[in-house]
Amino acid sequence: MTSDSDRLRERVRRSLDSQKRPTVTVLSSLLAAHDELGYLPEEAIEEVAAYAEASINDVWGVASFYTNFRFTPPAGRIVEVCWGPTCHLAGATDVLLRVQRELGLTGEGETADNRVTLKYNTCLGACSQAPVMSVDHHLKGRVTAETAGEAVGALMER
Amino acid sequence: MSSYSDLKQRADEHWQSLVAGDRPWIRVGAAMCGHAAGASEVLGALRAELAARGAEANVAEVGCLGLCFAEPLVDILRPGSSRLFFDNVAPGDVPALIDGYLLSGAVRGREPLGYLGDAPIDGVPDLNDLPGMRLQERIALRNAGSIAPGDVLQYVANGGYAGLNKALFDMDAGGVIKEVTDSGLRGRGGAAFPTGVKWSFLVRSPGPPKYILCNCEEGDPGAYNDKGILESDPYTLLEGMTIAGYATGASNGFVFIRHGHDGPIVRTEEAIEQAYGAGLLGRNILGSDFSFDVEVSLTGESYVAGEETALMESIEGNRSMPRSRPPFPAAAGVWGKPSNINNVKSLAYAPEIISRGSGWFSSLGVNRSTGTAIICLSGAVRRPGLYEVPMGVTLRQIVDEIGGGVPEGRSLRLLQTGGPLGGVLGADGLDIHLDFEEMSEAGAILGSGGVIVADDTACPVDVTRILVAFCQYESCGKCFPCRLGMTHLLEVVERIANLEGRVSDLGLMETVGQTMQAGSLCGHGQLGFNPIKSALTHFEADFRAHIEEKRCPAGRCPMPKLTPRNMRPFADELRRPAAASAAP
Ligand SMILES: Cc1cc2nc3c(=O)[nH]c(=O)nc-3n(C[C@H](O)[C@H](O)[C@H](O)COP(=O)(O)O)c2cc1C
Ligand code: SF4
Ligand code: FES
Repeated sequence: MTSDSDRLRERVRRSLDSQKRPTVTVLSSLLAAHDELGYLPEEAIEEVAAYAEASINDVWGVASFYTNFRFTPPAGRIVEVCWGPTCHLAGATDVLLRVQRELGLTGEGETADNRVTLKYNTCLGACSQAPVMSVDHHLKGRVTAETAGEAVGALMER
Repeated sequence: MSSYSDLKQRADEHWQSLVAGDRPWIRVGAAMCGHAAGASEVLGALRAELAARGAEANVAEVGCLGLCFAEPLVDILRPGSSRLFFDNVAPGDVPALIDGYLLSGAVRGREPLGYLGDAPIDGVPDLNDLPGMRLQERIALRNAGSIAPGDVLQYVANGGYAGLNKALFDMDAGGVIKEVTDSGLRGRGGAAFPTGVKWSFLVRSPGPPKYILCNCEEGDPGAYNDKGILESDPYTLLEGMTIAGYATGASNGFVFIRHGHDGPIVRTEEAIEQAYGAGLLGRNILGSDFSFDVEVSLTGESYVAGEETALMESIEGNRSMPRSRPPFPAAAGVWGKPSNINNVKSLAYAPEIISRGSGWFSSLGVNRSTGTAIICLSGAVRRPGLYEVPMGVTLRQIVDEIGGGVPEGRSLRLLQTGGPLGGVLGADGLDIHLDFEEMSEAGAILGSGGVIVADDTACPVDVTRILVAFCQYESCGKCFPCRLGMTHLLEVVERIANLEGRVSDLGLMETVGQTMQAGSLCGHGQLGFNPIKSALTHFEADFRAHIEEKRCPAGRCPMPKLTPRNMRPFADELRRPAAASAAP
C-alpha cells in the first residue's frame, strides 16, 4: 500500500522530471514542486535535494529565503491583496481590513474552515489599476472595500 | 534570396491579410493592466457575441498601448478603415459594439476614444492628438498594444529584425558596440551606466560560454514597464539580446522574470519558441555564422534578486543574496563565466538604435540623457498609464499633460520616483526634467521609471512608512547594516506614524541611515535610507507635527499596520503583554 507520503513524493518527482526549461537548479525544482503541490512539505525538500544533488540543508536554505514558498497546505482559494505604495495611497488598507473581516482573519493565513488563504503582495504589477487584488491569480483592479468584500464573501459562501 | 528578405516577405503578406483582409480585426488590451480592469471578461463576451451572430472577425489579445486608464481598451479595424478605440469597455457594452460599429460601420451610441490610422473617422479625434499620446515618442513601446505578442511575423512586418539583420550582415561586432555607445544609451535599470561601454567589457572576456542576462525582476512596487514590454512586444527584447550577443561574442541569454508574473513569462516563452522556429534564435541565425540561445529563468519572490550579482545567484538556483564585487560580472558572472547584465528597457532599445542609427537616438533627449524614458505613472492622477517620452520633459508635463493632473478639487502633495529606494519629492519637484543627473541632484532617481503621485489626502509620514516597510521586508539579510538598520528604521518610522515618536528620533534615523549607506554590501542597504532622507528634506514639518504635537496634519495617522506575517514575527507578541497588563 502506498502512503500519502509516497504519493506526495511521486507527484514531486514527476513535477521535477517534467521541468521544461533547459537550466534545472534547486530553485527551479522548488518552484516546480511548489506549483504542483501548492506548498513544500518535507518530502518535497528531500526529493529536490536528491534530484538536484544538493544537501537537504541547502535546499531548506533556498526554500526559506523566497517569500512565495509556503510549508503548509494552502486553502482551496487564494486571495492576494497588494499593499504597495500606489495601492496604499488608493485605499489598500481599507480593502485589506474589509477582506480580513469577511474572512474572519487578522492577518495573512487560512480561514477557519480552510476555504480561503489570504496573502499580502508587495505589488501585483497592475499599479495603474490600484487598488489591486487577485483571486486565484486572476487580477482585479480598481476595487473598493465594498467590491473586494463582495468578491471575497462570495468565495466563503460557496 | 537571403533568409531575412524571405521572412520579411512572408511577414508582410501575413500583415496585409490582417489589416487589409476581408475580416475586421478586433484587438483587446490584455496585459496585466487590461486583465486587472476586466479584459478576460470582455474577450469572453466578444467571442460569444460574435459566435451568436455568426459574425466573422479576428479577435486578438494584444499588450498595453500605454493608456491603462482606458482599459479594457478595445479597438476595431474594419476592412479599409482605421483602428477605432473604445475605452473602459464592459462585457455589457459588447453587443452594442458589434451590432453598431462592427457590423454597420456607424459610430453611434458609445463615444470612441479616438482612431489610429491613415483614414480619418468622422467626428472622432486622432488618438495621437490626445494629451496622453501627444508628448510620447514610442521606441521600445513602438509595437505595444498594436501587434499580437505571440506572432513573430507581426513583429517582422513592422520592421522587426531589420536591426539584427543589419548588424549580422553589414556590421562587425565592434561596429555594433560603437553604434550603441554613440547613441548615448545608458542603462535603464537604475545606475544609468553607458550600455555600449558595458558591452565592451564583455568583449574582452574569454569565452564561450559568455552570457547576456536580461533583468526583468522588477520587484519595485509602482513599476510595470519591463513586464509591460515583455507582455506587449517580447520580440524587441529578444532581438536586442541577440544583437548584444553578437556584439559581445556571447553564446547564451537568460531572461530573468519573477515566478507568478504569468503574462510576461508565457508571452516571452511563446516568443522564444517562435523565434527558434523562424531561425531568429539558435544555430546560424538568419543564415549567418552567429548562433545564440535564449531561455527564461524564474526567480522566487525577492526584490533584491534584481540586484545584478543576486540575480546570478538566483539563476544558479541559490538564495538571491548579492555577492561582493570585484570580480565584476564581465569577469566572473553566472557560474563564474563572463556575463553582461542589462535591464529589459536598455536591451529593448537596441534594435531601433541599430536599424535607425545612433544619431537618431541621440537626437532625442537632453544633455547626457539620450533617448526616451518609459514612465509608469500611477497614483492620484486622472490618466495613469505606461508612457514613453523623450528624456528632458518635466515631471509636470508627465503628471499634468499626459496624466491629466490630480483629480478635481485636489492638489498634488508628493511624488515618489524610481522605486522604493528612490526618493520622495514635494510639489516643487514637478519642475525637474527627466535627466539622470538633474534627477539625482534633486535626490530622486529615475530608476525603474515609476512615478507615483499622491494628492493632499495623503500623509507624507504614512507614505514613508510604507516605503520603509517594503525595504525592511525585502532586505536579504546578508549584511548587518542593512538587516538591522532597516528593521530599526521601520521601528522608528512606525512609532512616529503612531504619534508616539520621540524628539531624538530624527537624529537617530540619520545615524542609522548613514551607517547603512556606508556599510551595506549592495544598493539596497546603501540606498535604503533614501525614502526617509528625501521625505525629511521635503516634509520635515509633517514629521515634526507627528512627533512634537502628536498630530497628523493630513488626519490619516495612526493607520493600522498591515504587513506580511513573516515580517515581524515577534513585534506583535512584544506589544501584547503591555496591553494585557493595562487591562483591569
Ligand atoms: C536592490 C536592488 C534591486 C534591483 N532591481 C533591479 C530590477 O528589478 N531590474 C533591473 O533592471 N535592475 C535592478 N537593479 C539594478 C541592477 O543591479 C543592475 O544595475 C541593472 O540591471 C543593470 O542594467 P542596466 O545597465 O541596463 O541598467 C537593482 C539593484 C538593486 C541594488
Ligand atoms: S545591503 Fe541589504 S539587501 Fe544588500 S546584501 Fe546587505 S542585507 Fe542584503
Ligand atoms: S502597488 Fe499595488 S499593484 Fe503595484
